[in-house]
Amino acid sequence: MSKEPTAEILNRRRFLGVAGLAGAGAVLPQFASAAGEAPKPDPLITEVQDWNRHLGDGVDKRPYGSPSKYEKHVIRRDVSWLTASPESSVNFTPLHELDGIITPSGVCFERHHGGIAELNPADHRLMIHGLVDKPLVFTMEDIKRMPRVNRVYFLECAANSGMEWRGAQLNGCQFTHGMIHNVMYTGVPLKVLLDEAGLKPMAKWLMLEGADAAGMNRSLPVHKALDDVLIAFAMNGEALRPEQGYPLRAVIPGWEGNLWVKWLRRIEAGDQPWQAREETSKYTDLMADGRSRAFTFVMDAKSVVTNPSPQAPLKHKGRNVLTGVAWSGRGHIKRVDVSIDGGRNWQAARLDGPVLDRSMARFYVDFDWNGQEMMVQSRAMDSTGYVQPSKDELRKVRGVNSIYHNNGIQTWLVRPDGETENVEIG
Amino acid sequence: MSRSLSLIAGLAAAALVAVPLTGAIAEKAAPKPSKAAATKTVAPPPAPVKLGLGRQALPEEIHAWDTDVRPDGVGLPPGKGTAKEGDALFQEKCSTCHGEFGEGVGRYPVLSGGVGTLTADRPDKTVGSYWPDATTVYDYISRAMPFGNARSLTADEAYALTAYLLNMSDVIKDPDFELNQGNLAKVKMPNADGFYLDDREVSEKQFWNKNPCMTNCGPAPKVIGRAISVDVTPDEKAGPRVD
Repeated sequence: MSKEPTAEILNRRRFLGVAGLAGAGAVLPQFASAAGEAPKPDPLITEVQDWNRHLGDGVDKRPYGSPSKYEKHVIRRDVSWLTASPESSVNFTPLHELDGIITPSGVCFERHHGGIAELNPADHRLMIHGLVDKPLVFTMEDIKRMPRVNRVYFLECAANSGMEWRGAQLNGCQFTHGMIHNVMYTGVPLKVLLDEAGLKPMAKWLMLEGADAAGMNRSLPVHKALDDVLIAFAMNGEALRPEQGYPLRAVIPGWEGNLWVKWLRRIEAGDQPWQAREETSKYTDLMADGRSRAFTFVMDAKSVVTNPSPQAPLKHKGRNVLTGVAWSGRGHIKRVDVSIDGGRNWQAARLDGPVLDRSMARFYVDFDWNGQEMMVQSRAMDSTGYVQPSKDELRKVRGVNSIYHNNGIQTWLVRPDGETENVEIG
Repeated sequence: MSRSLSLIAGLAAAALVAVPLTGAIAEKAAPKPSKAAATKTVAPPPAPVKLGLGRQALPEEIHAWDTDVRPDGVGLPPGKGTAKEGDALFQEKCSTCHGEFGEGVGRYPVLSGGVGTLTADRPDKTVGSYWPDATTVYDYISRAMPFGNARSLTADEAYALTAYLLNMSDVIKDPDFELNQGNLAKVKMPNADGFYLDDREVSEKQFWNKNPCMTNCGPAPKVIGRAISVDVTPDEKAGPRVD
């Protein structure tokens, strides 16, 4: 073994100061024994276990598999006091239990305005009309005969972290940052469908409308529609989940989740926006001067440390993995910096796995922890040079009543016992 | 919003300017055309290839689904209603959630009041205090209300309910004023000029920073707020049951 410390360890020591020493002698609690006692053999090794003796389920028992029964805590959760009814509400992705960049379909957060529309794909129609040469109706079979593409994108609710504008409120990254998911979509470029109908030159806006009880609708600029918008019928390799718009949804890369109309049934071309409820009353951002920004489409660069976090405290001294996710609606993630002293000092984290355009990226810092208190932060930078701001920097520009687009830096306080809290620092 | 719209038009114009420029560059880079080719007129860009999928939408089908209403009134159906008529309807169909005067029950939305509160510490964003266009009120009521029984209202009912909401917000003073297809788009909302287009790339340009601070950035921070003091996070048992 080389006696030379590796660059990585040097980096780590600089990052954590004196913490490097703690690693070597750390003892896991379950193997600790009273002083002087000989170590006891582990019965999980010395005794034959049930699963090692008896037959398990056959291949016909799980035609559509589910996670292990030991993973039942890895679920979407809601915050009942947030909304008046569960049909127009939101729940949260368990980010602290996930790794990599793909969100499993079954735990992708949900946001409905009129509940989940349950549609038989044979009954679904998509209409394109308005400023087009020929208004058209498509069936799902028509759409599946068109040239298709596969893309990984994040979908973040405009209101993600919205409860945190005035300070630390919810204790867990699932609740503070979990209105997001990142999946692979399969679908048809919207341009293909618009070409089929023939968009008239004066068409500058499209209205997208859902088939659900809310008739969810939003205005979308034509330039975006022709650029990269998809009409998707699959996520993560299979049909969309009902709660994600089965059988058809809009995918609007990098833009706020509200525009990603689910159960998409109608696209109307026009020469001006419709000023629908979802782009006037909602999804407009009230500034301190009493005026509001409208059509704040793009989701800015953002990140969060998912482990450690309030729902995933540190359990061991010594070796640990700090991890989290970063994303930007303006491009790809170029770098993520991590601080353990509340933003006084930073080091670049290690990005691992695919770093894709307007997708989540996964970052890690492998480190040793000696039980010191830490104020953990992450700071994302994207390919346009945008650097994730602090919450105070955002509040200076916007005040505290804008509800949406809170991409401020999150702080977790890791206490000496490993318990971790959502805190606001200043 | 007229200001925003002209901004959008400006952006669109800027985009159009870019087209001939790109064309010029492409022309420069392309090999010199032969004499014979040069005498020919330039062909228009080829039309997109049609896949021949889908079928023509029939007028009845478009009529059935195309119920949206724009701020200029395009899409408003024939019909009429007064605030007085709307009051009775509101008590019957809406007050269970929104309260008799639109004050909201439980966490259901407050629809009235709040004018002048947009710079307050806790603003009340209602139809009267916040919404820029009266047409959106009609569109949203006929699109999505009552919650759980959407698209059940007649055009007259939707006009009457819109009139009632505007009357509660003092936008329409006379409870007998008839709101209709011809005049709804002309109603001026108190906060009509309260919106502007996303300006983050200008107003937040300081967030683009090639060299963010890496070491000794400011004084040592202190904890000034903790979520556990607020104590509103659901615990592990609050999640839905998964059996």
